[in-house]
Amino acid sequence: MTELIRALGISSLERLRSLGSATIMWLTAMAGLPRRGDLGLLMRQIYTIGVLSLVIIVLSAFSIGAVIALQFYTQLARFGAEDAVGLGLALVLLRELGPVVTALLFAGRAGSAITAEIGLMKSTEQLSSMEMMGVDPLHRIVAPRLWAGLLCMPLLTAIFNVVAIYGGSVVAVSWLGSDPGGFWAGMQETVELWEDVGKGMLKSLVFAFVVTWIAVWQGYDTEPTAEGIGLATTRTVVMSSVMVLAIDFILTLGMYGDFK
Amino acid sequence: MTDDIYIQIRDLHFSRGQRKIFDGLSMDIPRGRITGIMGPSGTGKTTLLRIIGGQVRPDSGQVLVAGNDVCSLSREELFELRKNMGMLFQSSALFTDLSVYENVAFPLRVHTDLPEDTIRDLVLMKLNAVGLRGARDLFPSELSGGMARRVALARAIALDPDLLMYDEPFTGQDPISMGVLVALIKNLNLSLGTTNLVVSHDIHETSSIADKLYIISDGKVIGEGAPDDLRRDASAWVQQFMHGSPDGPVPFHYPADELVYDVLGDGAP
Repeated sequence: MTELIRALGISSLERLRSLGSATIMWLTAMAGLPRRGDLGLLMRQIYTIGVLSLVIIVLSAFSIGAVIALQFYTQLARFGAEDAVGLGLALVLLRELGPVVTALLFAGRAGSAITAEIGLMKSTEQLSSMEMMGVDPLHRIVAPRLWAGLLCMPLLTAIFNVVAIYGGSVVAVSWLGSDPGGFWAGMQETVELWEDVGKGMLKSLVFAFVVTWIAVWQGYDTEPTAEGIGLATTRTVVMSSVMVLAIDFILTLGMYGDFK
Repeated sequence: MTDDIYIQIRDLHFSRGQRKIFDGLSMDIPRGRITGIMGPSGTGKTTLLRIIGGQVRPDSGQVLVAGNDVCSLSREELFELRKNMGMLFQSSALFTDLSVYENVAFPLRVHTDLPEDTIRDLVLMKLNAVGLRGARDLFPSELSGGMARRVALARAIALDPDLLMYDEPFTGQDPISMGVLVALIKNLNLSLGTTNLVVSHDIHETSSIADKLYIISDGKVIGEGAPDDLRRDASAWVQQFMHGSPDGPVPFHYPADELVYDVLGDGAP
């Protein structure tokens, strides 16, 4: 029993140390004024993290939008409420699925790549050599990735929402023959800019912060071995996914009021 | 600290887990000279370079580099100090996403406002010095280990720093490249007055260019002086290392129980 408590204590202290170090890394990287060449570094990361994630985001969004529309239509048609498909689709995407699924895809595609890249740079002493040249890797390597993640994920979420709604409209309107007026008018009348779109984007920003922070820290703190990098990459995807889902629940509770 | 000492190390203690790496190590690295640091594998020579560069914090002791106490500098001050340092890593540590040319140009681009034409000239001169001007468009993955190390050397000297630290610069070099590198380190020292710190196992090459040698073992300095003086040193420790003898006081084995206990276990006599 004593051993168990001792092990728990050591494990808790280690996690606390890791959280403290990760916080210091984030603050140090994000502090300071932009320097020469920063824009170029940021643009490169926006391309790597954001642009290269577009394919998976667009394909997934279309598919998810189409499937939701199919399910909604099947159920709502039983009550003659097919026109509500557009409204339901928009709300579920803007409030929940858009930010959450984008964050999960982002963690799998871009987060794991960030961790592996930084981890490999660490294991091949590229970060050390940068330090010895008087260049701070937190500023040169870490900061552009953190900023690029914060900028890209809300944009990817917006693209996800648009493509998913389009996918839904293809299924509900073009294929199943739902009335296009009802499909779009229901959405237009009910969806609110801040309550639905704004809060969804705010969620996305929070997820961007969490996922990029985890991805960068896991790479920066990795054991500089092949096995260490593999484990760190896995941890990025698992931790990010769990955190996104847990934070989403808390944010939904806080944002959308009393559910009782 | 006198002006002719560039790096002063006093009573340095450093441990990794239960293992003591440095146990009261003291050194004086003269300014504008070539100093060799030698010793058996695992004695902490690379760690010593990292401590001097401020990448590793010692448990106790003082490390003064150009009058700056490395252990008490802030992060910004440390990065400022490192602009005057160049280090050749054992693994070369080239940036894998940049070409040979861009690797050497990297410190120039980050730390200077030089026009592109001047950067180009400087990069080609540095690459020419290590014999790899023709490899400027290659990427690190296309280089052999020895070539990568020479590119890393060209990058380390790009800004003509006051202090150059070499971690095993001669490893993996063919005899011709080795001769060129030895001459290059000597020439850099003579022409620019650079303080050079060479960590190496290659006794012959290091002795041929070093003004002063330190031999470390068991966390302490076991011999110091000019190469010729060390060859004549009466100490059995120094003699064993300088002549590469398998038997002597310098331990070859990593600390462990006797072989008989490991092999026979409880059946050992």
